[in-house]
Amino acid sequence: MGSWPRSRGRLATESITAAPPLAGLSGGALARGVAMGYLSVVVLLPLAALIWASRAGGLGSIWDAATQPEAAAALRLTLGLAAICALVNAVAGTAIAWTLVRDRFPGKGAVDAVIDLPFALPTIVAGLTLLALYGPGGPFGIDVAFTRTGLMFALLFVTLPFVVRAVQPVLLELDTEMEEAAASLGAGSFAIFRRIVFPNLLPAILSGVALAFARAVGEFGAVVLISGNLPFKTEAASVYIFGQLQSDNQSSAAAVSVVLLFISLGVLLAIGGIRRRRTRHDRV
Amino acid sequence: MSRWALRIGTLGYLALLLLVPVGFVFYRAFEHGFGHAWHAVTTPAAVHALELTLISAAVAVPVNTVFGIILALALVRTRFPGRGLVNAVVDLPLALSPVVVGLSLYLLYGRGGWLGGLADHGIRVLFSLPGIVLATLFVSMPFVVREVVPVLREIGTEQEQAAETLGARPMQIFRRITFPAIRWAVAYGVVLTTARVIGEFGAVSAVAGTKLTLPLYVRAEVENFDTSGAYAASVVLALIAIATVVVLRAFHPREETG
Repeated sequence: MGSWPRSRGRLATESITAAPPLAGLSGGALARGVAMGYLSVVVLLPLAALIWASRAGGLGSIWDAATQPEAAAALRLTLGLAAICALVNAVAGTAIAWTLVRDRFPGKGAVDAVIDLPFALPTIVAGLTLLALYGPGGPFGIDVAFTRTGLMFALLFVTLPFVVRAVQPVLLELDTEMEEAAASLGAGSFAIFRRIVFPNLLPAILSGVALAFARAVGEFGAVVLISGNLPFKTEAASVYIFGQLQSDNQSSAAAVSVVLLFISLGVLLAIGGIRRRRTRHDRV
Repeated sequence: MSRWALRIGTLGYLALLLLVPVGFVFYRAFEHGFGHAWHAVTTPAAVHALELTLISAAVAVPVNTVFGIILALALVRTRFPGRGLVNAVVDLPLALSPVVVGLSLYLLYGRGGWLGGLADHGIRVLFSLPGIVLATLFVSMPFVVREVVPVLREIGTEQEQAAETLGARPMQIFRRITFPAIRWAVAYGVVLTTARVIGEFGAVSAVAGTKLTLPLYVRAEVENFDTSGAYAASVVLALIAIATVVVLRAFHPREETG
């Protein structure tokens, strides 16, 4: 329990708010130069090429391409499902973290390990797995293949660890003294959770939810098999982009991709904001 | 009472969402016997896909490990304007759709792209190994950085400064002091990077063309209605994932470095 590194479920950004004043280590400038060069070649240059390609026909053309009926339907579906997925994760993830930290039962270590499986399992395997069980000819007689429910299952599968792994360390560190004091003063368990535990967990829940949302918006491998990719019905934004790329319609693929890129940046900014608020509270 | 309800609810959710589906893939792969599954996963196409996956991992994992350590050092040990922005860029691959990553590479290295001219000089990036490696480098970039950064913050610079005062050269300081302190975090990051590189689907799909890594092979087999091949290859990938989780659990890196 808790052997997963603390940085899991958090972002690098969160641990580097205040760097120590730099010891005059020589080689610092070199490391910085190499690091920036690598980031530029591997990450920034491709993204710059994407933005360049999307704006080739002017800003208006991005808007036109992203609001084409099929693209707009895919974006709406993706954002809606990702929002529902984030909400379900907020509840289920917190409940799972609670069970893993506060409850005792045989096999808890194994359950704790299983949470990491969606991080490690290739997304296409996750998709095939769900299709085998909840698709045509599945053993339970449940067939949600090519439906939005099927899509939802896939998103819930791949986003499961985010809230659990964000909340778990905070819950572990949370002192039970306040809760015991509240209980001795006659507070019911629900009141204790709402007034004491929940406010302490909220920043962690929100960070986890934000990451889960971003992941759900961009997910491709897990949804591509089970969703059936029916335009206007079950076609997710990432699948739409891939389809446009395959039919050599690069400008509309790039336009929708830029929308997803800005959603991702927005989510990261939001997480940064949550983190800053939390550190400010800690200091006071 | 409510404790039991919570326990049954959460464990039931996990079982239905995670355990039963993954277990069922194993059942499907082996329902016609082990020999059948073995046969399905040792066809030339499957073996070729596995080889390509391992070759790309053999390139991408060391590269991202070395540069991940350098990035972490630069982020923690130096101050420069725009560091916050760099942090955001490091985290971006975690929040960005893999298909967007693949498309970006496609646009950069494809015909008409800024680096599309490389193909005219005999350097094929798209639809070959370099493209697949670049896609996996992008998506797996944050893992080593994210594991190493908090440890570097924790150990501080006192020992490094002491060594410097005693006349140690930068490489000596890194080899004798910094690296031993971060090695478990690096190992963790390497395992996470490897798992992601082997399993990456979306980004690789966009740039691989007709080349198939093992995850792409799974999809191709499903689309060819050869489900036994798809299930067998999935079991190989699932076993790699399970091994990843087990290895990560076994490391307990924080107890070693803390």
